[in-house]
Amino acid sequence: MRFLLDDEQVAFGRALDRMLTAAGTPGAVRAWARGEHGPGLTLWRRLAEAGVFGLAVPEAYGGVGPLPVELAVAYERLGRHAVPGPVVETAAVAALLSRLADAGEPGPAAEWLPRVCAGEARLTLTLPGGGPYALDADVCDGVFVVREGAADEAAEGAGADSGGTGRTPASRPLRRGRLLPAPPPRPPRLFLAGGHGPVQGSVDPARRLARPVPGRELPLPGAAVRAAAAHAADLAAFACAAQALGVGRALLERTVAYVGARTQFGSPVGAFQAVKHRLADTRTGLEFARPLVHGAAVALAAGAPGAAAEVAAAKATACDVAYAAARTALQLHGAIGYTAEYDLSLWIGKARALRSAWGSPADFRALALDLFRE
Amino acid sequence: MDLDLTPGQEAFRAEARAWLAAHVPPVPPRSLETREGFAEHRAWERTLAAGRWSAVTWPEEYGGRGRSLLEWLVFEEEYHAAGAPARVSQNGVCLLAPALFAHGTEEQRARLLPPMASGATVWAQAWSEPEAGSDLASLRSVAVRERGGWLLRGQKTWSSRAAFADRAFGLFRSHADPGRPPHHGLTYAMFPLDAPGVTVRPLGRLDGKPAFAELFLDDVFVPDADVLGEPGRGWRVAMSTAGDERGLTLRSPGRFLAAARRLVALWRETADPADTALRDRVADVAVRARAYQLYGYGVAARLAAGGALGAEPSMNKLFWSELDLALHETALDLLGPYGELADTAGDAPEGGRWADGYTFALAGPLYAGTNEIQRDIVAERVLGLPKGRGGG
Ligand SMILES: Cc1cc2nc3c(=O)[nH]c(=O)nc-3n(C[C@H](O)[C@H](O)[C@H](O)COP(=O)(O)OP(=O)(O)OC[C@H]3O[C@@H](n4cnc5c(N)ncnc54)[C@H](O)[C@@H]3O)c2cc1C
Repeated sequence: MRFLLDDEQVAFGRALDRMLTAAGTPGAVRAWARGEHGPGLTLWRRLAEAGVFGLAVPEAYGGVGPLPVELAVAYERLGRHAVPGPVVETAAVAALLSRLADAGEPGPAAEWLPRVCAGEARLTLTLPGGGPYALDADVCDGVFVVREGAADEAAEGAGADSGGTGRTPASRPLRRGRLLPAPPPRPPRLFLAGGHGPVQGSVDPARRLARPVPGRELPLPGAAVRAAAAHAADLAAFACAAQALGVGRALLERTVAYVGARTQFGSPVGAFQAVKHRLADTRTGLEFARPLVHGAAVALAAGAPGAAAEVAAAKATACDVAYAAARTALQLHGAIGYTAEYDLSLWIGKARALRSAWGSPADFRALALDLFRE
Repeated sequence: MDLDLTPGQEAFRAEARAWLAAHVPPVPPRSLETREGFAEHRAWERTLAAGRWSAVTWPEEYGGRGRSLLEWLVFEEEYHAAGAPARVSQNGVCLLAPALFAHGTEEQRARLLPPMASGATVWAQAWSEPEAGSDLASLRSVAVRERGGWLLRGQKTWSSRAAFADRAFGLFRSHADPGRPPHHGLTYAMFPLDAPGVTVRPLGRLDGKPAFAELFLDDVFVPDADVLGEPGRGWRVAMSTAGDERGLTLRSPGRFLAAARRLVALWRETADPADTALRDRVADVAVRARAYQLYGYGVAARLAAGGALGAEPSMNKLFWSELDLALHETALDLLGPYGELADTAGDAPEGGRWADGYTFALAGPLYAGTNEIQRDIVAERVLGLPKGRGGG
């Protein structure tokens, strides 16, 4: 057993850190939030050159993956630098399409994945059990929708509210938790959306959300779509957990630096014990969340039957820890932390948004109970 | 990065599992906080030692198996999964032994380790004093130079298991060193609890069980051979043990994994499925036990690759002490009206394991350095925040 990153993986993470620091990422995040995608897309191409998008794509389609451990390393860095865009979603679609290819349906993978690796295609998706919103649909080349239900219903549901207010009719639940009582599933179907409704804001200004509108159905067998979608959901949750870990780390690092420099009552506020203890708890939380993310990576790499539970444990924990880090960071910065012009805001909203992305904390906790199945 | 055991390690796991299946007593011994229970636990230590399982990481010459930290983690998983008894020899094996390996003489190791491994000598830790708890270095008990050794004088307190143990190790002020920081001039000494001049007075712990004790020392003679490390430099020896006390070796992940597994099983058997709040708590605890297990593997891998421990034991201590409480509080809530029964009550579920474990877990945030002190250490040594106890 060697439950430790190897030198190459460590070096890969460092290289991404250096690149993302040099690239002026906060400026790109702010522009992205305004709908100005240019600087973010430049960043996207650099990430592709660094090999980030190939990690989720098998060799047959131009990638080097799937390499879940390297994905964990990379996505933690994306979170640490608050990189905007559908980074998790693109990897999740790559997982979806490569699973379909494994099931004997290579068409979509061959069409999209080489472009993903090259940084030429951005993809996004919605899955049953997740929310109805596709992240960054306005800047994506492919918007995928997996729906359960009859043909007409699927088309109607996918396009609901397009052009409208974007509000969900009260009669339709926003989403069904993965473990809450659900009607018997009907064969899932995969659509490539033809467009999207209005772009709506998130508590993280850099997350731009829209409902996909109906498009073309990719005629694939339901069983294959089901298995592929389940795998994509795991990968999305996993990448999201790694990203959250990075978000938490950035929040802690910035806060430690700030409380060391900010003086009140004649001493750095970081010398006050109440402040120290909150940060010690944040650090401890992060310390014990990372092994869960890495454990999930190992389980995914092995295709272990318990991988979904490991991913769920990682998602619930990393997102909790990141959110707690955000609350602590805001509190310990005082009012400046509440200021949009100050960069801390880039991470605070993200920590909140990631918590309920791809399923709620309760959904993931319930799934994680399978860690101990007799 | 992988989690695969080598064939040799798998064989080790299988050997441990088979041995435990054949030897773990079907009826658990009584609480080791009582006189009868203490004797039963000591008998179990003898059985363990006869199988050479009492100290698997020690060199073979002292009764160990020369196994790695990772293999010890594996052994502990099997140990707790098998429902084996708590270790009455823990102070010796987990706290004194590492100090003997790091700072002892060859003579001390040869004399003290084998009876520790066999349960023939059970040790108590005599660090705390009535006036010196968190601020351990302010201790006042003294060691006065005497021909061929030292005379110990003073009072120690809150000493776990000391009421029934054989020997104790502790820190004493030996060199008056005005102007030097208080952790200078301390000596680490070992003494028998039945030596002339020692009075042991049992204290009831929270549930009244009497193994906890205070010690009164009245010119207790300790020969030079029973001083560990250099006289006057006992703080160094003690601090190397404190890391062990807080770290993995005192509270192995295996213990919490086994409890989490029992908790999830209890939840599956008894819980109202509509109580999603309780389900969240059960899941949370299961996840934390898994996190601790994986963390342990990471630490073992890092040490095996030549890494060193820094202040991680402090984070470790915060994590396991809170996990232990969460496990037991959740179990008691799940048990509803049966949750309040003492471990001695005939109706107590699972022979009172949850109740006894709960009482024990309540002490976790206090002993081995309180959690407030651990948070200071993490803030200062891991995060680099300013030193001192700035109050504002
Ligand atoms: C079950 C149990 C078993 C024990 N076993 C042993 C044993 O075998 N051998 C042994 O030597 N000792 C033992 N102890 C004693 C233990 O080590 C001490 O209780 C511990 O070090 C705390 O000291 P104290 O109890 O004097 O509390 P105090 O130090 O008086 O602390 C009281 C409160 O003040 C807080 N506090 C103190 N200083 C600070 C600070 N600087 N910043 C913030 N908060 C602070 C503490 O965290 C605590 O909450 C045991 C204790 C228990 C409960």
